[in-house]
Amino acid sequence: MKPAPFTYHRPSTRPDVDALLTELGAEAKILAGGQSLIPILNMRLSSPANLIDLNHLDGEPTQPQPAEGHVCSGPLVRQSAVERSELVGERVPLLAEAMDYVAHPAIRNRGTITGSIAHADPAAELPAVLTLLRGEVVARSSAGHRVIAAADLFAGPLENTLSDTEWIEEVRWPVAAPNEGFSFAEFARRSGDYALCGVAAGACRGADGTTTIALGYLSMGDAPVRIELPPLDESALESAELEHAVGEVVERDLDPVDDIHATRAFRAHLARRLGVRAARCAAARAVDRHVGGGA
Amino acid sequence: MAVAPGDSTRIELTVNGVAHQVDVEARWLLSDVLRHEIGLTGTHVGCEHGVCGCCTVLIEGQPARSCLTLAVQVDGAEVTTVEGLAEPNGDLHPLQESFMTHHGLQCGYCTPGFLMSALPIYEQAANMSDEALRKAISGQLCRCTGYAGILDAIRGAAAIEDARTRGDDV
Amino acid sequence: MTTQMFGQRVKRNEDPRLLTGKGRYVDDFEHGAAEVAFVRSELAHARIVDIDVSGALDIDGVLGVYTHEDLEGDFAEPLPLLIPSPGLFAPKTQYALALDEVCYAGEIIVMVVARDRYIAEDAAGAIRVEYEALPVVTDLEAAVKPGSPVAHSDMDDNINGRVTEEKGDVDTAMAAASHVFQWRFTMERAAAMPMEGRGIVALYDKGEDSLLLYDSTQAPTGVRGGLALLFGLDPDRVHVIAPDIGGGFGMKVIQFYPEEVLVPWASRHLGVPVKWTEDRREDFIGSNHERGQVHDVRVGTDDEGRILAMETTFLNDAGAYCSYGLIIPIITAAQMQGPYKIENFRYEFRNLFTNKVPTSPYRGAGRPHAVYVMERVIDKVARELSFDPVDVRRRNFIAPNEFPYDVGVTFQDGGPTVYDSGEYQRGFDVLLEALDYRGWRERQREARAEDRRLGIGIGYYVEGTGIGPYEGAAMKVLADGSVTVALGFSSQGQGHETVFAQIVADELGVAVDKIKVTAGDTRRMGYGVGTFASRSAVVGGNAVFKAAREIRKQAAEVAARSLEVAPEDLVFEDGVISVTGAPDLSVTLGQAALISNPLRYAFGEESQQAVLLAQKAYAQSDRPLPEGMHPGLEAAEFYSPTSGVFAFGAHAAVVEIDSDTCNIQILRYIVMHDCGAVINPMIVEGQILGGVAQGIGGALYERLAYDDDGQIQNASFMDFLIPYATEIPVVELHHTETKSPLNPLGIKGVGEAGTIPGAAVIANAVSDALDHPIDSMPISPLDVFEILHGGA
Repeated sequence: MKPAPFTYHRPSTRPDVDALLTELGAEAKILAGGQSLIPILNMRLSSPANLIDLNHLDGEPTQPQPAEGHVCSGPLVRQSAVERSELVGERVPLLAEAMDYVAHPAIRNRGTITGSIAHADPAAELPAVLTLLRGEVVARSSAGHRVIAAADLFAGPLENTLSDTEWIEEVRWPVAAPNEGFSFAEFARRSGDYALCGVAAGACRGADGTTTIALGYLSMGDAPVRIELPPLDESALESAELEHAVGEVVERDLDPVDDIHATRAFRAHLARRLGVRAARCAAARAVDRHVGGGA
Repeated sequence: MAVAPGDSTRIELTVNGVAHQVDVEARWLLSDVLRHEIGLTGTHVGCEHGVCGCCTVLIEGQPARSCLTLAVQVDGAEVTTVEGLAEPNGDLHPLQESFMTHHGLQCGYCTPGFLMSALPIYEQAANMSDEALRKAISGQLCRCTGYAGILDAIRGAAAIEDARTRGDDV
Repeated sequence: MTTQMFGQRVKRNEDPRLLTGKGRYVDDFEHGAAEVAFVRSELAHARIVDIDVSGALDIDGVLGVYTHEDLEGDFAEPLPLLIPSPGLFAPKTQYALALDEVCYAGEIIVMVVARDRYIAEDAAGAIRVEYEALPVVTDLEAAVKPGSPVAHSDMDDNINGRVTEEKGDVDTAMAAASHVFQWRFTMERAAAMPMEGRGIVALYDKGEDSLLLYDSTQAPTGVRGGLALLFGLDPDRVHVIAPDIGGGFGMKVIQFYPEEVLVPWASRHLGVPVKWTEDRREDFIGSNHERGQVHDVRVGTDDEGRILAMETTFLNDAGAYCSYGLIIPIITAAQMQGPYKIENFRYEFRNLFTNKVPTSPYRGAGRPHAVYVMERVIDKVARELSFDPVDVRRRNFIAPNEFPYDVGVTFQDGGPTVYDSGEYQRGFDVLLEALDYRGWRERQREARAEDRRLGIGIGYYVEGTGIGPYEGAAMKVLADGSVTVALGFSSQGQGHETVFAQIVADELGVAVDKIKVTAGDTRRMGYGVGTFASRSAVVGGNAVFKAAREIRKQAAEVAARSLEVAPEDLVFEDGVISVTGAPDLSVTLGQAALISNPLRYAFGEESQQAVLLAQKAYAQSDRPLPEGMHPGLEAAEFYSPTSGVFAFGAHAAVVEIDSDTCNIQILRYIVMHDCGAVINPMIVEGQILGGVAQGIGGALYERLAYDDDGQIQNASFMDFLIPYATEIPVVELHHTETKSPLNPLGIKGVGEAGTIPGAAVIANAVSDALDHPIDSMPISPLDVFEILHGGA
């Protein structure tokens, strides 16, 4: 299983990348970590005429960076860097937690955060986390920059809304507020596999003592799906009321597929059970953070 | 720089401390270049889609799949393969010694991948729970051993290393 | 060195090279060889209308593009039928390159040879095949029905073989039974998936009319003999070397795979070395699968759950071709009765063609199916009659004083199935105690009260091992006192370079690491059968033992003449042959080798001494090389078993079903096994543990998902789920040792034992946890969900 021939380009700067994309557009694919792209090339599921290798760009940060209200990751920030980052652990705890489920160490050592987002696999963890957190990306091209919200980024399976001449230069991960708690849950057949169903949960504890929970699902449709539960008080969170609330949104907002690993019905069942689990855990953590005055 | 299909480009790879200048086509996988151009056949190919881990080497000191890396991508990088583990005088690395003691290999095909991926963790392995250690080596497939010997081997490596440091006969 | 090596946990001779990257697997050879890629059928059943290779011919670096038209003589004929048998009345084997009809997705149509694999794949991708689609049949039960689509368009139906046998009088016994049950059991397809795929390097020398093949095969001698015939070559000019092999598990036994004929053919045609290395996608669609059976079973019991009569009517999935004949269903039928005394037993099976990859043995080879059926029957009988399944087993076991026990059906070697020895109750007691069976039943009751689903499952097996026809060992002592051993069968990780050295070490008093075993190189040992059916230790081990004995005898004669004593007065230890009670009177084994070959040369101190000793030896006889002796310490001995020998064992598992995810968690997995005398416990444990992982993988994870069009939907490791370490539980091992009376070493085979009861154990455990029969395997959380929640 070897890749079909392509023309290989090695830009040195971000504007070089812009220029290449302007020239080659749909005939080119970006190679950063390659952990998603190269299997596709090896299996000849795709044979792009051009590959643009970002790995030799000068001066690219290899670590996530702090910014106003978010943590940002550039095109060569490897997943393992985020996994080990104290900054991320403190400020974007959901991302840190989700990293544990992403593939395996050898894949994370090369795969980039940006690459996983751009790849837009509905079964991947990172797009769901970005969606749940309502993060955004900065897309650039020769024509300039634009910011795309996560909700507008994922068009369908393996399809993002970037144009042929654009690429992602930054992913912005919103930092957790003191009154927020997060949790991630998924069910995969084997450690590191794409999940049959996965959910990122974010809980926000209001001043009135109710908790608003949002759930970001993966493997439950063509793209990650973000749904919000109605505000729930403590007793509701402990009781079947939470199960009921989750069940309703699962029924209403999720459109799971049938495949060889799970039927629609099984996915929906997992979505309910994992959603409740993650919601409860996130809500409990929201209380902890609130009481503890931040992590 | 642009390399057209069928054309070669010269890259430099430092493999196990030795610098190699190699002419490669852009699409050649690092696994193939290590094996066929540089002649280090210890790195094995099991799936070419990143799931089995047989091809795992170290790139800049971190385990990575050589079947999911184009050689050109890592032009200028330091790569370590299984051939670089033992001492120049032939003394086995504690991990290798431990694999032998604990029957951590049978056919040997997945073994180089396991050795390389165990390098970052073997020193803590004896203190890890069984569950945590299994998680740390998930991503590497073995079809022969059922993993038990491999886990024992990784757990036992640090003790062998300590014994050597103390001067015990291991 | 007085420690006996047999029975020791000796570190492996093969490890130093394998651990340092110096192992040599097929793809490691001949880096400059031309490389092959194939165009394989995209459709499961079709007529080939046209093949347009023009796109490939334009590609720089392509050396040749070949279709069936290019093959001549026997090469153009279907590949050999490896195992014919009377019951196989409509066999079919495939052509090396498809002629006009393709019958499975993956069947080879075109061979491309190019400068490297990248270019070969480019060329293969540029070839256009036009197909006329034909009806596809994939489901076994559909395939057997009259009027079903036919897998081969020149047949009226899909049945290629049928065998039936009866022991006792099933109908009468069934009619008299207090209880008669009828059940159906299904086992789906699986695949061996060794980490190294298949591979071949061929070096045809036209000037010498010789062929050298490196082949990742479990049967190099068979490949060699067949290719010699096919190419019309003197067999002594055809050699097959099975180098280091990255796992086989049965998948690498069959001869011939088309590639094994095509690659040497291409080398001869082009006059260059040619290599083919299977990639993982090809492994899914071009290397044989196995499992795939449906059983309709009737059982008649008394009120105590004793099985009075049993019959199974079953279907076996041959896939599109059946070069391995009926071996798998024959084994299933022969092994089904397991450890139980069933006086009336009947089976009938039909072997069916389907438009899927052909099948041939994969670790277990028909026995996993047999054990699954029998053990489910036991558990279901117990449930029906409200007995503990442990007690039902006890009541049905063959007693220790009933051996040899004639099972009453034909074994895979054509002889009767006769168990040589066994202690089933004793083994069972070991298992149940190790499990703390009563304790877990109690815990299960407590769990049920908390709405948790815990289940206990047992699988008991008897495994025929060590069948013939034979194996041989060629052994030689070298002047430095080291010993070489050449075996005709190859190793795929079982430690042959160590276990057989251990046997030699004990006979000749030589250190294990001074014994060099070469396995599977026909240049060194041209006679052999192959590594499969858990036979290497038994048949190969006993051949090695015989050869070592013979060498010892020769060495003793030579040493005796040199030392002027009787051979019986000699002791072999630490590489030295000395006189009992007079240790200074000695020669080294190496010297004995030198003395035995009285030449005129003397390199080094030792050989100078040897020359002197040789002269002394001459003085004891009437000539330098006594009548009946040959130069050197050398022997080639063969062992042919009178019958298979029967190992046995039982596994138990405790599972819990996760209430949210329906995941099946294995809380405990315990193995009790008995393979007779054990040469190297470390290696035996490794075989069992590896086998268990394949059994668990096969039971819970590894489902080959064929769709109705005969396409595998999960032909990659991303979706075909081989377990990682995280999916395998800690496995507890216990063993008993019931030596076989049928061979001098008392050993039985163990290569497949770990895998054989896997499906049975898991099925029984999950059935017990869910209180719902699991009569179809594999089983996944999705299946559990549908049982618990009715698919809603």
